[in-house]
Amino acid sequence: MAAHSAVLSMSKIINPFWGGRLGNTVKVFGTTLTSHRNKTLLTGENIPPPAKYGGRHTVTLIPGDGIGPELLNHVREVFRFSCVPVDFEVVNVNSALETDDDMNNAITAIRRNGIALKGNIETKHTMAPSVKSRNNLLRTSLDLYANVMHCQSLPGVQTRHKNIDIMIIRENTEGEYSSLEHESVSGVVESLKIITRNNSLRIADYAFKLAREKGRRRVTAVHKANIMKLGDGLFLQCCREVASGYPDITFDSMIVDNTTMQLVSKPHQFDVMVMPNLYGNVVSNVCAGLVGGPGLVPGANYGNAYAVFETATRNTGKSIAGKNIANPTAMLLASCMMLDHLKLYDHATMIRHAVLKTMNETRLHTADIGGQGTTSEVVQTIMRIIQSGGQLTTEL
Amino acid sequence: MTARSVRSLPGVLKSVFSNRLSRVYGAAACNQRHKSTYTPPPARYGGRHTVTLIPGDGIGPELAHHVRELFRFCCVPVDFEVVNVDSSMASEDDINNAIMAIRRNGVALKGNIETNHNLPPSYKSRNSLLRTTLDLYANVMHCQSLPGVRTRHKNIDIMIIRENTEGEYSSLEHENVPGVVECLKIITKTKSLRIADYAFRAARATGRRRVTAVHKANIMKLADGLFLECCKEVASGYPEISFDSMIVDNTTMQLVSRPQQFDVMVMPNLYGNVVSNVCAGLVGGPGLVPGANYGEDYAVFETGTRNTGKSIANHNTANPTAMLLASCLLLDHVKLHAYASMIRRAILSTITETRLHTADLGGQGSTSEVVQSIMNAVQSTGCLTTERIGLN
Repeated sequence: MAAHSAVLSMSKIINPFWGGRLGNTVKVFGTTLTSHRNKTLLTGENIPPPAKYGGRHTVTLIPGDGIGPELLNHVREVFRFSCVPVDFEVVNVNSALETDDDMNNAITAIRRNGIALKGNIETKHTMAPSVKSRNNLLRTSLDLYANVMHCQSLPGVQTRHKNIDIMIIRENTEGEYSSLEHESVSGVVESLKIITRNNSLRIADYAFKLAREKGRRRVTAVHKANIMKLGDGLFLQCCREVASGYPDITFDSMIVDNTTMQLVSKPHQFDVMVMPNLYGNVVSNVCAGLVGGPGLVPGANYGNAYAVFETATRNTGKSIAGKNIANPTAMLLASCMMLDHLKLYDHATMIRHAVLKTMNETRLHTADIGGQGTTSEVVQTIMRIIQSGGQLTTEL
Repeated sequence: MTARSVRSLPGVLKSVFSNRLSRVYGAAACNQRHKSTYTPPPARYGGRHTVTLIPGDGIGPELAHHVRELFRFCCVPVDFEVVNVDSSMASEDDINNAIMAIRRNGVALKGNIETNHNLPPSYKSRNSLLRTTLDLYANVMHCQSLPGVRTRHKNIDIMIIRENTEGEYSSLEHENVPGVVECLKIITKTKSLRIADYAFRAARATGRRRVTAVHKANIMKLADGLFLECCKEVASGYPEISFDSMIVDNTTMQLVSRPQQFDVMVMPNLYGNVVSNVCAGLVGGPGLVPGANYGEDYAVFETGTRNTGKSIANHNTANPTAMLLASCLLLDHVKLHAYASMIRRAILSTITETRLHTADLGGQGSTSEVVQSIMNAVQSTGCLTTERIGLN
């Protein structure tokens, strides 16, 4: 909240100066846009400049439900402690309400700041079907087409498989999550799965570019084209087309059922995987389970203009909310990814290093990885490690 | 309730339903693909059953051959009517013949028929065609940790019941605008009620305590919401069985960390595909788990994960366990329980011998060695057998 008013006051000073040059950007004052979900903002004409004033970034924070609020509090604590130049603009979304106003405010805030860190917003399936999943709404409105999850075995966490290093790139806006369903005849429901050439080319391109950037050798497309010949067939074709432009990277494909079976027996054969929405959901959860559970893996949603960071498996964790036993690792690593995105690499490495070092200590493991540590103990240890690194910090 | 569906339920419930068996005489249906409304009598003449055998592609033919070898050796009173289906042909005559044969005999054992995705989209998956035409609505896969097979997870015992005819496998796709494809996932109330009912009856019949419905109703509210509602309705009629539900992503994550928490799982078609493959991987791989497809009138048995295994075809390295256990399920279905348990016991005793493990279990044994060993085990129990046949 302080950040918001700080920005307002700053912009009152800056605006007369920059008024002309900021013509196309979204106004910072809280006037609502006429059309909140206007996708034309994402055609590239109106990418807002980074929300960086006086060297401090502003990032939208959506606490969500369940363990989201407490984990994000810890993130803020760690950031404040480590003197990270990021201010959070908190936007609360009430998942129990039927209207979308809260969500629209959150989306506006993200458009303003360009980056967000979020907890998962609960989707109660007891509410009417017209109440759409808020998380899904956010992803499609902001066109965050690529969900990237990097599953790596962490040292210090005991798992049945060792040395896993898989990068999963999942199409985030279409596929089975189009939320287009209808009941033409009573008792018969048709749910539409949409696959488009544009989105498939886009996600395949993203996957290959990322693979090249990170020096990965192989991309596997996961599909079910023997049954969904047109749908997944189109996706596969697009991946092949894009693959032909990257001769240094090998491309192969695998059917989703075989993929999941191979993942539980021989996960080391996979390098980068690209797939449509639902298969991405299942495969990413399997991989998260293989490396130690939902509390360890961070996820990122990238679009052309915006980026939103969260835990990879998007759990609300209602049953462990408020009990101080949630694992903060995933959310903290997600915040490090956010810092990397903001180009604050030093802070990112420092926090990441502290988190991974804390993971090595078995007595601090939280309940989900088989220990008895509490969230606050883990966070305290992380802060102590940061302090011992000799960086500038506030008092403990 | 019809004769065959009654046979798919073990002992206790049969007496309840036997007074409602319908008697029909087996004239062949003139329209090959219409859903028959009569139940043919069991194809059992002179004490010998006739079962349709569809070898399929890849490792199917050799495994089917081993099944026949073993049955002949053990003097099992089953004759196989072999129907070959050529997956490269565009016409559907082959599969229609196979379907006709299954209607005639009521029971089948099949290998997987390959679906080449380079063929045009009008070429439907032959396996899918078979399942929907014969309305084999329940796919049952029982994943159990086998003694002697080393896996990362122990003591797994999960029964997966998967809706087999609708859901994402409706093969209804269209491209109204070039570059935009719509695939229809169909969920109907009747089929969801039917599969849920099957699941609860099977749980009750096998003495299981808990049924978990796997879904994605937070996103597909109408479709999976309907499925979940149907499961809840049916659950209310089975108060001794606890019912809960879990979202598919959480389910797969729990399966790789704590699979022992699951008992019976019921789900629509695609989730069933993924979850059954994950469970097969957990108990040791595709070579170990048999699968069964049950309908009102027909039953078709195959390997649980339906692999063609093209890359290992004819190398004598395929694991025959899954197919042989599927044939034991077949024998149970036609009520030849003694033969079924005899063969099953022999298979399980062979599996404990690590030096006979095939490549998929990490060993170096060949298929023929495994089958020979099973035949030895059967012979040593003192049952009536023929002389040993040389295996090629």
